[in-house]
Amino acid sequence: MSALAHVPTSSGQPAAPPGARRGRSRLLPYLLLLPGAAWLLVFFVLPLLQLAAASLYDPSGSISTGYAMTWAFGNYPDALQQYWPQLARSFGYSAIALVLALLMGYPLAYGIAQKAGRWKNLLLVAVVAPMFTSFLVRTLAWKTILSDNGWVVGLLRDVHLLGADGRLLATPFAVVLGLTYNFLPFLVLPLYASLERLDPRLLEAASDLYASPLRAFQKVTLPLSMPGVIAGTLLFFIPATGDYINAELLGTPNEYMIGNVIDSAFLVRLDYPQGAALSFLLMAAILAIVFVYLRKAGTEEVL
Amino acid sequence: MRRWLADRWVMGVALLVLAYLSLPIIVVAGLSFNRPSSRLSYDFHEFTLDNWTHPFPTLEMRDAVVRSIEIGLIATVISTVLGTLMAFALVRHGFRGRAGINGLIFLPMATPELVMGTSLLALFVAAQIPLGFWTIVIAHVMFCVSFVVVTVKARLAGMDRRLEEAAMDLYASEWQTFRRVTLPLVLPGIVAAALLAFSLSFDDFIITNFNSGTTVTFPMYVWGAAGKGIPPQVNVIGTAMFAIALLVVGASSLQGRRARRAALAAPVAAVGAPKSAS
Repeated sequence: MSALAHVPTSSGQPAAPPGARRGRSRLLPYLLLLPGAAWLLVFFVLPLLQLAAASLYDPSGSISTGYAMTWAFGNYPDALQQYWPQLARSFGYSAIALVLALLMGYPLAYGIAQKAGRWKNLLLVAVVAPMFTSFLVRTLAWKTILSDNGWVVGLLRDVHLLGADGRLLATPFAVVLGLTYNFLPFLVLPLYASLERLDPRLLEAASDLYASPLRAFQKVTLPLSMPGVIAGTLLFFIPATGDYINAELLGTPNEYMIGNVIDSAFLVRLDYPQGAALSFLLMAAILAIVFVYLRKAGTEEVL
Repeated sequence: MRRWLADRWVMGVALLVLAYLSLPIIVVAGLSFNRPSSRLSYDFHEFTLDNWTHPFPTLEMRDAVVRSIEIGLIATVISTVLGTLMAFALVRHGFRGRAGINGLIFLPMATPELVMGTSLLALFVAAQIPLGFWTIVIAHVMFCVSFVVVTVKARLAGMDRRLEEAAMDLYASEWQTFRRVTLPLVLPGIVAAALLAFSLSFDDFIITNFNSGTTVTFPMYVWGAAGKGIPPQVNVIGTAMFAIALLVVGASSLQGRRARRAALAAPVAAVGAPKSAS
């Protein structure tokens, strides 16, 4: 593609049309890119720089009196000291949710990709169907499902998995369940894409060579689906860690994640430097984990 | 029997997981027919059609839904145009700085919404831009553009360029080729991208929450109502959204199947239809 574009043009020719067209088409891609790239630069990159600056403002300022830039790096340890439980909880909850999602998502993706036959497309639609309705409304539905008077709690109480006054709503369990539910489709789709390409004859070959189903899975299926696992994990983990809707609607302040704190720093307490510092801490932590994970997983082709 | 089980258990687990994924939708649809016993109760109490016949209990909720549609439409048009232009540049042209542009498009999709929302708020506050309808539009266009680029790019990359070459060989001008050949072929991709952008915009809460000021969209309304009791009509809107999206997906898959069948049938018909080859 780009190699073609750099083919030297026969510049000496007076016959204008082809040359003129080439001249214009050299400029054309930049013109096509300009509006979109400008929008992203001004409203995505520039804000990140502004957020970095705001995280170093003098914390004693306020919205009404204005903030002074004092390179207050102390905002970071201060914010971390005050809110490390919420930050740790964000990563803890989304890590547990991720494990649950992998345990549920892998058989689902595998079943659809390899076993569903002509039902494949219908089942795929069913996977993304939750996203057809509003995120908040479907999260609120869990309030009904897990309600103290609902059949789920009733059943669990009957079989004594839950005490007589035990509840599911407003517990860490509800928040993790909500996170798992809300972001599961993001994990299943890339996983499906890589499992769909898996040639079933490879598994037959493994079994012909006396591999047990478990061993064939370990040695053939799992390694070949790794790109999907990695992409799905990232697509699940990044939004789940930054989410605070589940913690707010299904939990209590005891289950608050870092997003709840950042939300209140910006919109309730109006402490911009602290909110900005926490946002940056979140992003840095996510980037660090993603980086380590990709190094460990040893695949960079997914990006 | 053991073989049968070994073959089926994966599908069994898969269906159970699908049930888990579908449960909330069923509950939302059910609750849209519910007359709750009290304002703060989320339990099913009594069947009624009232919510569907009167979907807007307050003016505030109606305005919020209308505003979400307005914002969604404007953000969709802008982001679809910007994203489609970028996709054409990426697939059809060579230029310097491709890696940078790819990064610029990829990063917003990998950044937590929380960070995008707070950083945009920091910018608006620093630039003293009043928050409201248009800051929401700006934010929505920002996070929709990348998804449009990816969607249109996929369609463009899978296109047979020989069709355009054929048009040019038949003396179609560059513009005619674009208008009569390229555009119709890419259009399904552009429509899919626009639908995706609209649904992302209509449903966005986190980024909107930071950049809306006092302007209320539908998700903002639901969030605000969560504390003081959600009117059951919210479930009507949720169910209607679901039904519309399902119809759109169904219609497009039917359309696609018909087009594929027509494409398969055309050469067969030309040769004189052998008796059901398959």
